[in-house]
Amino acid sequence: MSKHTLSVMVENEPGVLSRVAGLFSGRGFNIYSLNVAPTLEAGVSLMTIVAEGDDAIVEQIVKQLRKLVPTIKVKDLTELKSVDREMVLLKVNAEDSKRAEILRIVDIFRCKVVDVSVDELTIEVTGDQGKIGALVNLLTRFGIKEIARTGNVAMRRSMQTDL
Amino acid sequence: MKLTGAQILLKCLEEEGVDVMFGFPGGAVIDIYDEIPKSSVEHILVRHEQGAIHAADGYARATGRVGVCLVTSGPGATNTVTGIATAYADSIPVVIFTGQVPRALIGNDAFQEVDIVGITRPCTKHNYLVHDIKDLARIIKQAFYLARTGRPGPVLVDLPKDIQQQVAEFKYPEEVSMRSYKPTKKPHIGQIRKVVKLLQKAKRPLIYSGGGVITSGSHQELTWLGQTLNIPVTSTLMGLGAFPGDDPLFLGMLGMHGTFAANMAVNNCDLLLAVGARFDDRVTGKVDTFAANATIVHIDVDPTSIQKNVSVQVPLVADCKLALAALKAETEGTLDEFDWVADHKPWVDKVQGWAKEHPLTYKDDTDGIKPQYVVEKIHEITKGDAIIATEVGQNQMWAAQFYKYNRPNTLLTSGGLGTMGYGFPAAMGAQRAFPDKLVIDIAGDGSIQMCIQEMMTVVCNKLPVKIVILNNGYLGMVRQWQELFYDKNYCATCMDAQPDFVKLAEAYGAAGFRVTEKKDVEKTLREAFKLDKPVIVDIRVEKEENVYPMVPAGASLTEMLLV
Ligand SMILES: Cc1ncc(C[n+]2csc(CCOP(=O)(O)OP(=O)(O)O)c2C)c(N)n1
Repeated sequence: MSKHTLSVMVENEPGVLSRVAGLFSGRGFNIYSLNVAPTLEAGVSLMTIVAEGDDAIVEQIVKQLRKLVPTIKVKDLTELKSVDREMVLLKVNAEDSKRAEILRIVDIFRCKVVDVSVDELTIEVTGDQGKIGALVNLLTRFGIKEIARTGNVAMRRSMQTDL
Repeated sequence: MKLTGAQILLKCLEEEGVDVMFGFPGGAVIDIYDEIPKSSVEHILVRHEQGAIHAADGYARATGRVGVCLVTSGPGATNTVTGIATAYADSIPVVIFTGQVPRALIGNDAFQEVDIVGITRPCTKHNYLVHDIKDLARIIKQAFYLARTGRPGPVLVDLPKDIQQQVAEFKYPEEVSMRSYKPTKKPHIGQIRKVVKLLQKAKRPLIYSGGGVITSGSHQELTWLGQTLNIPVTSTLMGLGAFPGDDPLFLGMLGMHGTFAANMAVNNCDLLLAVGARFDDRVTGKVDTFAANATIVHIDVDPTSIQKNVSVQVPLVADCKLALAALKAETEGTLDEFDWVADHKPWVDKVQGWAKEHPLTYKDDTDGIKPQYVVEKIHEITKGDAIIATEVGQNQMWAAQFYKYNRPNTLLTSGGLGTMGYGFPAAMGAQRAFPDKLVIDIAGDGSIQMCIQEMMTVVCNKLPVKIVILNNGYLGMVRQWQELFYDKNYCATCMDAQPDFVKLAEAYGAAGFRVTEKKDVEKTLREAFKLDKPVIVDIRVEKEENVYPMVPAGASLTEMLLV
């Protein structure tokens, strides 16, 4: 079992999201995260889907996605060099005694504080899975009260030097 | 030309060359029904929407054209779901038009509203809710195109009532252009050459042919290949008729109720050429041991079928017809230098030896009527020249085993979904397509009761479908499993409380016969088949006869229970 990041370009017609999502649920494939938004081209949306499974399952997923009528293109970015980013909002406990330390971490991770109250800080962080995982780990001991994640967006790098 | 949505729909159907549709009216499609008498498209009024969709499916299977079905919103639409799933499982091109509540009411739990697009998403190739009358003609054009191209399948178009009433300029699009839908059709020539090399090297090649050969119309190419290169052929249930059933190279069906020869051949072949077949679990038995000694070549138009259930060494994504034609072209050049017939002879002898050792047979040792005997008689009387539909269960397997199909599109059966109630309405659709052909539904006493209401439709439309009930008083196939694997606990499979099928036929205005003695089987069938009206022949067969050979579910193909 490994995670695969799939970049799926679809015609933005009604119901396309449930078609894609239904394909996963109907076949017992597991979606880890799914992100959809319009592209530069009118009527075309890009989905970034992180899915879990062994190679045979992922091969089926990719083929099934391609088979959907509104699908224009499917790329499995896992084998390629790609840029992966996720944006996360975290609301952390921050009494006075802890505030300085939290702000230091925010600084080191180059995140932003986007909301402040007497005993809470809301932090915005953008990064790959590794960075976000590390930050969440560090902040957990202060008490994370809420978390909202976008799920991955990903793009193939222009230079595929090793390939 | 300015037309209403309802008029546009009928114009589009005319443009597509649709001569008949099967349907059932309701408030949400009444505008369309208002236009039908003014159009050249004939409408056949069924008695239940399940009948309409199966009839459209049977029409499609018998003709190779797209079948069409029209129903109302809500319950009308949901009544078609079983039939849509049936067509989907067997890749049959049908277009289903459903009425929908007016757009302003969609999502409001309006009267007879159901999200049929949502419900049928997993069992259609594609489906549409028409939001804008300007898209209507294009969507219909696409629906027909999607239904019949690539891997065919059902496509549903949901039509809100206000769209049917709105007026718009009508122009039927000349072509379909969808950048997102471009099925691969042409085979990769490098792969084709590889297959020819493998065939030349193989000592024990076997063709495993499926429904895709029939759908793509490539039975001639398949037959040429088998016969010229002297390769034995086995077929799935869906593939029966693609290769002549009486050719000595034909081994019959493989899989759970396949022949001894076919299953042994799969186990012993060194090259398996799978064409338009999808390695269904009823075919493979235990996957690990399926064709374990063979290199597998898989030709299929649908890439998702390849590597799905078994690992394939040579994948070939292509339309079966183009792929087989390419194989033919490549091998034709080798006929002088390569003696295919001699080369494969030892293997063919071996395979035919298996067929002699354990032919398809049954013990005709009682006074009762054996169902297999009835099917044999049907074959004898019709000389194989009928269209056979089947229900599901033992009747279906006997119809597959004991009737020899020499031509494609002559067996209509629910292979993938296994839908009881399919055969009779499907036969009705086929009879409408071929009014002069003998169309016979080989039925079980359980299955026939699932869509029996279409008796009225066949009677009043003068569709002289013949129903032969192999009446064993049981849900026979389930009873067989209970007998063999559940200690004969015949729970809920005894069906001896039955309608009087003869009177039932007569009540509908059809003819009915009952046969209880073996000596009357042939005579009665002959008489029934001659009648120019619908007939039910209720044949009381041996109650506990079983279908053999049988590979228990999950066992290897060689672990067959024989007669
Ligand atoms: C709609 C539907 N319900 C249930 C089944 C399960 N099933 C498969 S075969 C069978 C028995 C069919 O009995 P009958 O039609 O009498 O045919 P026989 O096997 O006796 O020939 C049943 C219940 C099915 N295939 N389809």
